[in-house]
Amino acid sequence: MLGVFIETLIGGLLTGVLYSLVALGFVLIFKASGVFNFAQGAMVLFAALSVARLSEHMPLIVAVALSVVIMIALAYAIERLVLRPLVNQDAIILFMATLGITYFLDGFGQTVWGSDIYKIDLGLPKNPIFLFEGIFPGGILIDPEALIAAAACGLLVLVLAIFFQVTRIGRALRAVADDHQAAQSVGIPLNYIWLIVWSVAGIVALVAGMAWGSKLGVQFSIALVALKALPVLILGGLTSIPGAIVGGLIIGAGEKLAEVMLAPILIRLFDLAGGGIENWFAYVLALVFLLVRPQGLFGERIIERV
Amino acid sequence: MRAPSTADIAAGDVLLSAEGISLAFGGVKALSNVSFDIRKGEIRAIIGPNGAGKTSMLNVINGFYQPDAGTITFKRETRTRMRTHEAAEFGIARTFQNVALFKGMTTLDNLMAGRTLRMRRGVFWQALWFGPALKEAIEHRRRVEEIIDFLEIQHIRKIPVGKLPYGLQKRVDLGRALATEPELLLLDEPMAGMNLEEKEDMSRFIIDIHDQFGTTVALIEHDMGVVMDLSGRVVVLDYGKKIADGTPAEVQRNQAVIDAYLGISH
Repeated sequence: MLGVFIETLIGGLLTGVLYSLVALGFVLIFKASGVFNFAQGAMVLFAALSVARLSEHMPLIVAVALSVVIMIALAYAIERLVLRPLVNQDAIILFMATLGITYFLDGFGQTVWGSDIYKIDLGLPKNPIFLFEGIFPGGILIDPEALIAAAACGLLVLVLAIFFQVTRIGRALRAVADDHQAAQSVGIPLNYIWLIVWSVAGIVALVAGMAWGSKLGVQFSIALVALKALPVLILGGLTSIPGAIVGGLIIGAGEKLAEVMLAPILIRLFDLAGGGIENWFAYVLALVFLLVRPQGLFGERIIERV
Repeated sequence: MRAPSTADIAAGDVLLSAEGISLAFGGVKALSNVSFDIRKGEIRAIIGPNGAGKTSMLNVINGFYQPDAGTITFKRETRTRMRTHEAAEFGIARTFQNVALFKGMTTLDNLMAGRTLRMRRGVFWQALWFGPALKEAIEHRRRVEEIIDFLEIQHIRKIPVGKLPYGLQKRVDLGRALATEPELLLLDEPMAGMNLEEKEDMSRFIIDIHDQFGTTVALIEHDMGVVMDLSGRVVVLDYGKKIADGTPAEVQRNQAVIDAYLGISH
C-alpha cells in the first residue's frame, strides 16, 4: 500500500511540475501588467504545435529555436496591437481582450499548423524505471520521460527566479509589478518590460507545451491544461512565483492521490460508478481554499479599507 | 552621486519653462494657460489651495499627463509630448504625494531600481550576470550606498519598504529619485503627514541635496513656514490658474493669494 502511495505521489508531483509551469506563465504576466492572461493555455498549444510541425522539416533543436523566435514575435504583436491601445483600461477589459486572444490563437494555430494530433519526439527514454524493488513488492514505477521533463521545468523555474532576483531587468520587472507610475518615473519603459514578460511567458509556454506534447501528443486538449492552472493559481496566489510552483505540486499530487486512493473508498461507501475524480478534485480543493484563504498560500493579503 | 551637470546651462539660467500649459479632464479644467519657469540651481515652490492643479502641473512636467495645449522646454529642448520614462532619461526625477514605492522590495532594491536608467549593459550580459554587467552592478551599488549614507537610512537597507513607517518611506522615495541622478528634482508634498522632527530632517535633506549636488528642486508644499525657509521663488496656483509668482515675501503680500487661501466674501 505504501508503495502504491509513493508511486502515485511521485507521478502526481511530476505532473504537478507541468501545472506549475503553466501557472508560472499566468503569474509572470499578472505581476508585471495586472492582466489575467487567459490566453496562456492557447500559447502553450500554439508553441507545442509550432515545435511539432517545424520539427517535421528540421532538426528538433532548430525547430525549438525557431519556435522561441515565433513566441517572441507573438509577444511583440500582443503588446503592440492589444495591450498598448488598452493601457489604463479596467482589468476586466484586458481580461476580455486575452479571452479574444485565446480563441484567435486556438484557431489561428490550427489554420497555420493543422488540427491533427502531432508528435513531438524529444528522444527521451520511455521505458519505466523501477526503484526500491527490495523494499516494496514490485518496486516503485517512475516514468523517466516525466522525470526528465520535470527536471527541465525545475531548472527553468530556477533560472527565471535567479534572473528576476539579481538582474536589472528582473528588478525593473518587480518594480513595474509593484507600481506602474513610480517605475516609469525612474525611467523604466513599461512597454519594454511588458514585451519581455510576454516573451518569457511565451517561452515558459513553449517548455510546458513540449513537455505535455511529448507525453500526450500535440492536440487541442493541451489548451485545456490552462484550466488546470486556475486552481493552481487560487492555491498559490496570483502574484506569487513560489506559490505557482507549490500550488502546481499540490494540485498534481492531490488529484492523482484522490484518483487512486480516495476513489475506491468513495465507490465502496456510496456505491458510485466511480472515476473522474481527477477531473474535478483540483477545483473542489481550490473552492475550499477560496473560502479559507482567498489570497492563496503566498499571495499578498487583501486588505480592503472602507 | 555625480558632480553638477555638465550641460551648458549656467546656474541662474532657465532650466525648464512651461508655456501656456492647459489640461482638462472631461469638462474639468485642471490647468488653464499656466506659464512659469524654473532656473537652474534654485529651489522653486509651487503652492496653492487643495485642487489648485499643483500635482497636475508636476504630472505634466514629468510626462504622466500630456497637456492639451502648451509646451515644456527643458534644457533648451521644446516638447509638446514627452513620455515619463523619457523625462527620467533627460534628468527629471520626482517623488510622490502618497509615496509610490516598490513596496515588496527592500530599500536597497528600491534605490537600485532607480539606477535602472544608468545601467547600460544589455540583456545578454544581464542574463549571464557576469563580466561587464557584474562590474557595472558593483559600481551602481556603490553609488546607491552613498545615497543611503547621505539620507541616513543604513539601518533599513534590507527591509521591505512596505513595512517601514511613513516618514522613512518618504525618505526612501526621495532616495530613489536621487538615484536617477536628476538635474531637476520634483517633490510632491515631501513633508505631508510628517511630524515636526521628520519635517526638519526632510528640510535639511532638501537643502543638502541642493547645496551639495547642485540639483535644481521644484516642490509642492502646504506648510508655508517650510516654503518660506526653503524656496527662493514661489508660484501660486488657484483653480488651475497662476495667480502669483515671486519671492516668498512678495507672494505673501499678494492680495489674490490671500483671497485664495482665506476665501473672499462677495
